[in-house]
Amino acid sequence: MTGRIYAGTRKGLFAIDRKRSGWEITKAALLGDPVSMLLPGADGAVTAAQAQGHFGVKIKRSTDGAETFEERPVPVYPGKPDDVEDIDPIRQTPVPWDLKTVWSLETGGPDRPGELWCGTIPGGLFHSSDNGDTWQLVESLWRHEGRKQWMGGGADYPGIHSIMVDPRDSATIRIGVSCGGVWASYDHGETWSVEGVGLRAEYSPPEFAKEPNGQDVHRAVQCREAPDAVWMQHHNGIFVSRDSGRTCDEITDVDPSVFGFAVVVHPEDPDSAWFVPGVKDEFRYPVDGRLVATRTRDGGKSFEKLTDGLPQEHSYDLVYRHGMDIDASGNSIAFGSTTGNLFVSDDQGAHWQCVSHTLPPIYCVRYAP
Amino acid sequence: MTGVPTIEFTPNLRRHVACPTESLEAATLAECLESYFGRWPDVRGYILDDQGGVRHHVKVTIDGRNIRDRLGLSDPLLPGSRVHVFQALSGG
Repeated sequence: MTGRIYAGTRKGLFAIDRKRSGWEITKAALLGDPVSMLLPGADGAVTAAQAQGHFGVKIKRSTDGAETFEERPVPVYPGKPDDVEDIDPIRQTPVPWDLKTVWSLETGGPDRPGELWCGTIPGGLFHSSDNGDTWQLVESLWRHEGRKQWMGGGADYPGIHSIMVDPRDSATIRIGVSCGGVWASYDHGETWSVEGVGLRAEYSPPEFAKEPNGQDVHRAVQCREAPDAVWMQHHNGIFVSRDSGRTCDEITDVDPSVFGFAVVVHPEDPDSAWFVPGVKDEFRYPVDGRLVATRTRDGGKSFEKLTDGLPQEHSYDLVYRHGMDIDASGNSIAFGSTTGNLFVSDDQGAHWQCVSHTLPPIYCVRYAP
Repeated sequence: MTGVPTIEFTPNLRRHVACPTESLEAATLAECLESYFGRWPDVRGYILDDQGGVRHHVKVTIDGRNIRDRLGLSDPLLPGSRVHVFQALSGG
């Protein structure tokens, strides 16, 4: 059984292949620059978004399995009109109309070949219908009054980290925003509305705690075969939706913690989801220094701790929101941490192989299709 | 000073994009950069942000002095001025 994982890190892109003896790193590419997001495609294609500290965001694309890369066009924000006011509501500082980070990158539906969606910091969603030769800002969302209520979370400015193209209808697009909640378009991006009723921010003033716009969803993922199921890791905890994100239920009783960033859902079983918890927002490391993944198989009624192969003492690993992925079969799961540990399980989390504990801090992990 | 202004880039940028030193007729920094990007279009996105200002972590000097207008690039050039594009220090 073959398989490939890509890991985007603070200092480059790595390819990890399944060998007879287990998973091993087979390639290091784009060394020296942070890779904030990547998108593997068919036939050895992989697109990597770099966040070059000095010289801006760049997109590199390989068509030969990460052997060689060529520079590709990046999304560009339009000129900001002088009479438009765009102020972060919390920081009270201007939101720059300038690409800071490519934070999500997804292909459109199979009926729209060449379509790409790109979510960015400071909050613009971009669309391409020519496989990234050209990008257009989704103006309907960018100019939406509700968008101006978004605020930065861990980053200085808000960002779109999750893009879910509905498997039933490629004109239905849902996005997760930190901090802006969950938004949906049912007309291929022409109009947008906030959803995610039921999300709760305990840390907000009580009158805003349940306001859907502005919620700090860390990551949202949709079940491929049962797309009514959307799982979310939120700053406040774990939420699950049974109506594709319109309404959400909070799950509060999870050992050892409900705090984290990453979540994956099984592609066929909407009741199976995985998380990698930290203590809580001001203590972003595993409870008691023991790194665990948590798994539910019953839609969140119960969870089990998965520990076999994970360090059970003095682990201070945090898994970022894009740091975990599940393959198309739903059997293989990989996650990478801020400490540079990369773990893979080929049995849905029962056993974990440590592929490396010396990688740079890991931002993004994705299986090649 | 005599001659035309020259523009030179930090060697750190050559790792990312071809950016040879050029001598270009220009009366302002904006004219100089536009002329340069006409020859080397890929360099633009490395130096300027989406609104056309100098990137936050890029530093530009004219004859050894920091430019004043990082947004409008209106700083004047003399016939023999030397424009240098550096990266500001930041680390990790």
